[in-house]
Parts: sequence; C-alpha cells; structure tokens
Amino acid sequence: MPRPPSTTVGRSVPRREGVAKVTGEALYTDDLVVPGAWYGKTIRSTIARGTIRAITFDPSFDWSPSRVAVVTAEDIPGENVVQLIRDDQPALAEREIRHREEPVLLIAAPDRATLEEAARHVRITYDQTEPVLTLEDATEAFTQIEITKGDVAAAELDADLVTERTFRVGLQEQLYIEPQGAIAIPDGQAMKVIGSLQCPYYVHRALKRALNLTDEQAIVVQAETGGGFGGKEEYPSLVAIHAALLARKAGRPVRLIYDRHEDLAATTKRHPGVIKHRTAVRWDGTLVSQDIEIVLDGGAYCTLTPVVLSRAAIHATGPYVCPNVRIRARAMVTNTPPNGAFRGFGAPQSLFAAELMVEHVAEQLQRGVTSVDLRRQWMLHLGDTTATGQKLTESVGSELVLDAALKAAPPVRPSGRPAVRRGRGLSLVFHGSGFTGSGEKKLSGKVAIEALADGGGGGTFQILTASTEIGQGTKTIFCQLAADALGVPIERIVLAPQDTSLVPDSGPTVASRTAMIVGGLIQDAATELRNRLQREKAPLRVEKTYVQPDSIHWDEATYQGDAYPVYAWACTIVDVDVDMTTGEVRVTDLVTAVDCGKALHPVMAEGQIEGGALQAVGWATIEEIKMKDGGYQNDRLATYLIPTALDAPNIRTILVENPYSRGPYGAKGIGELPMDGPAPAIIAAIHDATGVWLDEVPATPEKVLAACASR
Amino acid sequence: MRFTLNGRPVSVDSPGSRRLLDVLREDLGATGTKEGCGEGECGACSVLIDGEVVDSCLVAAGQVEGCEVTTVEGLAQGGELSALQRSFIEHGAAQCGICTPGMLLAAHVLLTQQRRPTAAEVRVALAGNLCRCTGYTKIIDAVLACAK
Repeated sequence: MPRPPSTTVGRSVPRREGVAKVTGEALYTDDLVVPGAWYGKTIRSTIARGTIRAITFDPSFDWSPSRVAVVTAEDIPGENVVQLIRDDQPALAEREIRHREEPVLLIAAPDRATLEEAARHVRITYDQTEPVLTLEDATEAFTQIEITKGDVAAAELDADLVTERTFRVGLQEQLYIEPQGAIAIPDGQAMKVIGSLQCPYYVHRALKRALNLTDEQAIVVQAETGGGFGGKEEYPSLVAIHAALLARKAGRPVRLIYDRHEDLAATTKRHPGVIKHRTAVRWDGTLVSQDIEIVLDGGAYCTLTPVVLSRAAIHATGPYVCPNVRIRARAMVTNTPPNGAFRGFGAPQSLFAAELMVEHVAEQLQRGVTSVDLRRQWMLHLGDTTATGQKLTESVGSELVLDAALKAAPPVRPSGRPAVRRGRGLSLVFHGSGFTGSGEKKLSGKVAIEALADGGGGGTFQILTASTEIGQGTKTIFCQLAADALGVPIERIVLAPQDTSLVPDSGPTVASRTAMIVGGLIQDAATELRNRLQREKAPLRVEKTYVQPDSIHWDEATYQGDAYPVYAWACTIVDVDVDMTTGEVRVTDLVTAVDCGKALHPVMAEGQIEGGALQAVGWATIEEIKMKDGGYQNDRLATYLIPTALDAPNIRTILVENPYSRGPYGAKGIGELPMDGPAPAIIAAIHDATGVWLDEVPATPEKVLAACASR
Repeated sequence: MRFTLNGRPVSVDSPGSRRLLDVLREDLGATGTKEGCGEGECGACSVLIDGEVVDSCLVAAGQVEGCEVTTVEGLAQGGELSALQRSFIEHGAAQCGICTPGMLLAAHVLLTQQRRPTAAEVRVALAGNLCRCTGYTKIIDAVLACAK
C-alpha cells in the first residue's frame, strides 16, 4: 500500500510533553494531590532466610483503625502472588522469608509522623536458617537453557588454539531519578492505581489477581514517569498491590512513595553473573568453535529471570558466525533480593564476555592480528546463520557500524601526565529488537486510532496505546508516525492517556519493541484510517493487532529458529585514562556508531544512545554494589555512585540507517543496544593503557590497582 | 515564615524545621521541584535561594525567611519560555524530565554568572545534578547554545 511521504518522520520535532517538562507542570506520581489520602509504608524482613515466628503490635501504641491501617498477608482478598512468569513471589510474606527485603506488612496513617511512630511499634521475630548468598553456594536453578549448533567437542580436535577465560559481571541499579511510587484510590468495588510504571497491563493483571478484581474494577494509570530502564517493568506491580491493599483496608486513597534508600535497598537489579568461554580457532584466525557457560544470579524470586537468561544465551556468541557452538546457561536461586529487568536484559552480561574473548584470542594468535581484524573475519554478514540457526536475511549492519566508528574516532592522544596512562578499546555488538522468539505472537499487542467526531476535515485524531513515555520519546514518535500516515500536521494528533480503562493492551514498554512493533501497528492503523476516511465519516476507529509474519519461525523447545525479527548493531570505541597511582579509570571519549534502521527522530535516537552509553560506562567503572548479610551495603545515593556530568565522557553518536523492511520507515529497536558495547570496550582500553586484563566489571580502582600490582 | 517565591511574596504558617522541599511542594503547590534522594546527592530538588543553587531537601524552611526563592515555575516569564527552556526542548535535553527542573536552575545560574562558559565549565556547574537518561551530552549542548 503506498504511503504518503514523511513530513515529520526523520525530523527532530519538539518533544510532545517537552513544555510540561521544562516548566515543572508535568505531573509525576508524587506531584498528584489526592484529597484525604493517607501515607503508606512497607515493613520488610531484616533476615535473609527463615520463617516468621510472630508479628507483635505494641499495645502502648493506639492501633485504632481511625489512626492507622495495617495489612498483613491475611488481608489479601485474592491470591497472595505477584503475577508475572511464576507464582513464586508473594505480595506479603505469610511465613517463609527468602530475602532480606521481603515485604511482611504494610501500614498507612494520615500523616508521616504517625506512620513512622506506628512502624516503630511493630516487632517481627524470626527463626533464621542459613541463607544461600553467593552463586558458588547456589544449588537450585530457576531455569536452564542449552543452545547447540554443530559439534563443539569434535571441532576442537580440529583446531590449532583453544583459549579459555572466565568473566564476571556485577549488580547494577537502574537508578531512575524518580523513585518507585503508586497512589491507590478505592471507588466502590473498583480500585484505581496511578503510578510510575512502564507496563500498565502488567500492573493491571497483578492487581486483579491479588485483589480479586474484574477487568473493569482494576484501573491502572501511568503518571508522568521519571525514568524506568527496566526497573519499572515488573516492580511496580508489587508497589501497586501494596498501595491497593492499604487503600482497601483504610477505605481511602493511600500514597505509597518509596524514598531513595528503600528503592535502592529493595528493588530489582541487573543480574550479576559468571560467564566462561572456551574458543577454538585455527592459526589463520578461523573461528572453529565457541563453548560458553553462563551462570546468572536470579536472587530469591523468579521475576523475569528466565527471559533475561534467554536473551543472555542468544547473544552469547557475540555478533559472529561460528559453525560449532554450545551455550549452556542457567539462572540460580539465592537468598538475595530478586534481580530483574534492566536495559539490555542479559545481553550486556553475555556480550561483555564475548567481546573480551575476541581480544584474548587475538592476543593469543600473536601474529600481528588485531582484534579488529578478527572481528572482520568473524562477523555476521547478510545470509549468515546465528547460533540458533537464524539466517540473517536483511539489515545486517555489522560492517557498516565498524567502519563508521573507526572512521569517526580521532587518533589517540597521549594523556600528558606521567602517572596517567591512556588506552583505547573497541567493541562490536548486536541486539535483537523486540521480544525473543514467539513473544510478540503470544502477546498479540493491540493499538487503536480514532478520527474524533471533528476528525475528517481539519479535526483531530487520537492514538490509543498502553505504551508508556518514560523519557525515550514514545509520545513524540507515535504522533510523528500517525501524522505522516494520515497526511495531516502533527498538531492534529492527540494521545489517549495510558489508562487501562481507556486504551487497548499494546504490550509492555520493554525489549526495544515500542518504536518498531507498536509504532508499526500505529502506522498501519493510521494508513487504514486514512483510506477509510475517503468513503466514511468521522467518528471512526481502526484497531490493529500484531500478527507475526509467516516467515518468522521459533521453536521454544529446541531454542532453534528466528530468535528476533531483526538485530540492531553498534560499534563503540572508548578512550580511557588510568591513573596508575590511584587506580581510577576515567573514560574520556566515546564514539559509537549505531545501525538503528531508520532514525525516526534523530535527536531522541542520539539522546537514548548517549544515555545508554553512560549507563554502561557507570556499570563498567564506578557502579559497584557490595553485599552484606544478604542485602546491599551501599544502599544510599551517597554510597552508590552513578556518573555525573564531570564523569561523563565526550560522547559522539553516529546514526547508521540500514532499513528493516517491517519496521516503520525501516526503524529497528535501539533502546537497549547502547548498554551492550561500552563495558567490554572499556576493559580492552584499560588493557591497552596498562597491559593488564581485568575480565570483570566494574573496574573499580581497587581492582585495577590489584591487577597492576600482581602483574 | 515569609519569603519571596518566584517574585511573589508568600507567607507559610508551618514549623520552620520542615524541609523547604516539602513546604514548596505541599504547602505552596510548587511540585516542579522534585525529590530524588532526600539527602543532597541528586540535585532534583535544586532551587535558587537569593540566586544560589541549593538542594531544597537539605534546607530547613525557616532558613529562607526573607529570602528570594526561585523554582522551575519561575523561569518562564509571562507565559513565555526562557531561552534556556526553549533550548532544552530543541536540543533534546529533557528526556524523562525528572532532573530537568533542577538542571535548568543550575544552568540558569551558570549563565547568569558567566555569559560564555566552556563545555568544561558547564560540566562543573551541572555536576551536582544527576541525570540518568541523557548521558549529559544534550544538556551540555542546550546550555552552550544559550551562551552569548
């Protein structure tokens, strides 16, 4: 079907909610004024593992319901479960405690002073058991995956060089600047929850189940959301259930807004892990086999761990073609707070190892072969087949991004200070856009677009989706796509609020799927609406549901087939300064070339890439979480550091447009990709500067100094 | 206590020990000022007191008696966005927007004190304001574009 030419797509039009954000008018959850609302609080376990012996309410405090509302597991009207993949996580612990931040009871009061006073008069006693706190001690797995291609054992016999290395990656906090929060408002049988969240329908499903509500009785509304990065994918379900339980008990609205300390201590983190590689090559560099073992720490409950592990496993080879591959991946159960979704979703962990392995093999070959040469020799091209047997039939940008980044990076300049050594590192990564395997098919995301009553000549059109704006530009690009498909000025497009009582379920705002999948549906719906308006009159509504193309095949049982509809590609080059006296690593410059298919909004695409790159720089250098007694020791912003404007490198982004035929105007998802490349490039740059390999992140000053000293 | 908020005199009947952040947000409805950490690390609650950037979560409201307090709501004049606000939109300096009010105020002070700052000076001026979305690049671009 011919489409009208783009007039806004590809142009950096003003952000839809930009004025509200620069004037302070944008209303985030905690900005909402709800008359009569009480303040809520979560009382958590203080032990990592055991059972609750007793919960005692000090009789010296006045617990009358007019002063305070208390909720325990017994008050849950539905099932005591946080709906997601498995039913293992309770909304409130009944007896068993599996991690140190486990919610045990909830309190609400009319003011903060009474709330804190009440919290001080609750006593919980436990019978403790020995917790499992490390991967080394973990014996139980949430899930295991094996991907096999060819025959690794036979192939190794045929190789000239086999290299083995072990890599370690650490926990990371998403650190959205707006902490988690929700406000629950009871209305007769209905319960409305307004919150800071990425996935309204995840929360909707969780709320229905725990509070025993119908589709109509549960209403979930996204407030303006101050960042997510995966951290507001699954955790808001728990916050919403808690707020709703308190509101139900108190018979009035309840605000449950986390402070930073609670948010850092209790919410999900990036999965830490250990990744072992055994790579076989011939003397000419030919890649013969990759044998990879991935072990991730899932924490105490399943959350999204199986899906994270899946993405980690599928990306574990790096963007390379290898005839013989074995990937064995497992996620383990420990008594630490659950880990969950975080931008990149397992891929940064496994790609970190894959990219450093290229460096190690190049070093072992010792024939003047650089790691860039090896990447060129190994990289996936059009027509090549991945470890899952997926034949890449279009939009393979591996070579384009490598060439673009190399061309853009200026020569390395000396640091100019004797104690500071400068080095450069490079990485090449790919990232599957959209859900893994049959995810989109199972979800069947739906959007609608309406010509409003005044819609035909000069009137407005309304987009209805549950896809959320969390800073990445959803609202703006949706309006661009609709405006161009309808052939109307962008000012005539409006967006329905992300309210489950108003909009269809277009799926969660995750997995780099919003622009590519939901944006594509909006474009299709708008095109159909335009055609129908030739012969029909407004008001008119067109709905579109995702239908997986027949050409995409995925076998969940064998892990074979088209793991993703398409991949986005990136090459990142970083320069670092290593202070040999303090061990401090400073990333000074970062150049990244990204094959995004098509930049629907170049400024936002660059902004998303730059932000992701810095988040990865933080993970690789300063963002370290230390564990103590099953909890996080540095659970405050004074001790968990993220990069400031002074720590951030000069970042240069090169957008490479290598269109994907099924993406809107060729666009591919790039939300997560920028998280993948910087960490291995930084470790390679540290090696270039100092001659030592760290093979782990974060590369803290202590680790850098220790590695240099033991050399 | 009495002080000037965005050019208008205000009077608040409240214990002076409360955080300025809470008085602004809860008593005066100025919710553009955000709480990101409550301990002076993130800068989301930045406001200007007599032209200086401070974290309003660390200031007792009683301390601003007689002072001039400026919040993000005070940057636009007569419904017109300031050049800096327009530049933030144009350059993509606001993504999720939660750090934006504090970031704007810190940049506003810099541009008041220094008409043509360098990129390095912009980084120093914004170092107390954390942003997790942008990597700071677009924010620095937006500030530099306003330098005269």
